Amino acid sequence: MMASRQTVQAMLLLAIVLPASSAIALEPVSGYAFLAPETQAMQDDEFGNPGMVAVDRGEALFREHREQEKHTCASCHGDNGEQLDRKKIASYPRYDRNLGGLVTLQDQISQCWETNMDRFPLLYDAPDLVALETYVRNRASGEPINVQTDGPLKALLQQGEVLYQTRLGQVGMTCHHCHVQHQGQMLRGQVLTQGQANGFPVYRLAKGEITSLHTRLRQCFVSFRAEPFDPGSEEFKLLELYLMSRGNGLAIETPAVRF
Amino acid sequence: MTMNASLLLIPVWLLLAAQLAVADELPPLPADYCHWEARNYSIEQPLCGLVGNAAQGREIVIDTHGGNCLACHVMPIPEEALHGTVGPPLVGLASRMTMAQIRLHIVDQRQFNPATIMPGFYRDPRLDYRVADDFYGKTFLTAQQLEDVVAYLATLQ
Repeated sequence: MMASRQTVQAMLLLAIVLPASSAIALEPVSGYAFLAPETQAMQDDEFGNPGMVAVDRGEALFREHREQEKHTCASCHGDNGEQLDRKKIASYPRYDRNLGGLVTLQDQISQCWETNMDRFPLLYDAPDLVALETYVRNRASGEPINVQTDGPLKALLQQGEVLYQTRLGQVGMTCHHCHVQHQGQMLRGQVLTQGQANGFPVYRLAKGEITSLHTRLRQCFVSFRAEPFDPGSEEFKLLELYLMSRGNGLAIETPAVRF
Repeated sequence: MTMNASLLLIPVWLLLAAQLAVADELPPLPADYCHWEARNYSIEQPLCGLVGNAAQGREIVIDTHGGNCLACHVMPIPEEALHGTVGPPLVGLASRMTMAQIRLHIVDQRQFNPATIMPGFYRDPRLDYRVADDFYGKTFLTAQQLEDVVAYLATLQ
């Protein structure tokens, strides 16, 4: 009797867990593979890639020395960021209990900016912070994404996946619908990619500007006629964690050029 | 000091409780919402007994700010260059579905296919999550627009 009760409990548990883990197992493919050859060429050309403007701006901030300041970013991390840890850059978002849990690369840069350079922290997704993020990620260009998926991140990843599978707004679609179930199909003139995050911040041709991941998520929410979460919100960080983890192994392409 | 602090805290808790109470309640349906009943994979009766206009419906399925059906479906609309392939082609739809079946497919396909990507264009708006202010409490299409689209699709023999 007890055994059967346990079996029932186990089955119930499975029923809860299965829908979340029944996502079609995907070989991650970068959005680059879905681009027209001309757009791929635009991304590959360091002088033609419009996202390089943000990299240049980030580089200037990285080296900027203000009066009476002891440090610049470059004084610790190298004039061209050569002291930055490429592997660590590829592992964001990370879990850091001292910084309050889930830490994105923007969080980390802003925290460093505030504590080590004694500057006002940069607001999440502020143009200067996006430029710095673009520059730093560009330093790790080609490095395979390697987000931790076990330990303290395991439970957070599951929360991120729940958000990924939540129907949103009046349109009522989930991220999973377009970027897993129907990837490769045409949405009017646009092909649905896997929605991988390895190229962020990306230069969006549709908007004509460098676009951070959280801003891109907000744009998705708007197209769902849904109320977006705030940039830097816990919800978007959880989604970022899940998005990055499902692209583990893809090379960083920042700044990628995307539709 | 402790007394003052706790006095200050009480209204905050009251406000929170009030908010939670409000959040538990569903918003009212729009006054002009037409109730419908799904039966046998169909909605037999036109919404509010309205009569659809096929020509209007054809415009709505093209309009990117209207039904935007072309975003996902191939349709016999040659003057539009780009048709989506997310959903099935709708060419010849009326030869495989009745008007009543077509109506339920557009109104709220989740009634019979809970996993579908297709939006419910006349779904009970109280069931949606995190709807943006501009669309809160509203259906995607009006009842008349929905009947227009049904009327148009019924011409696709």
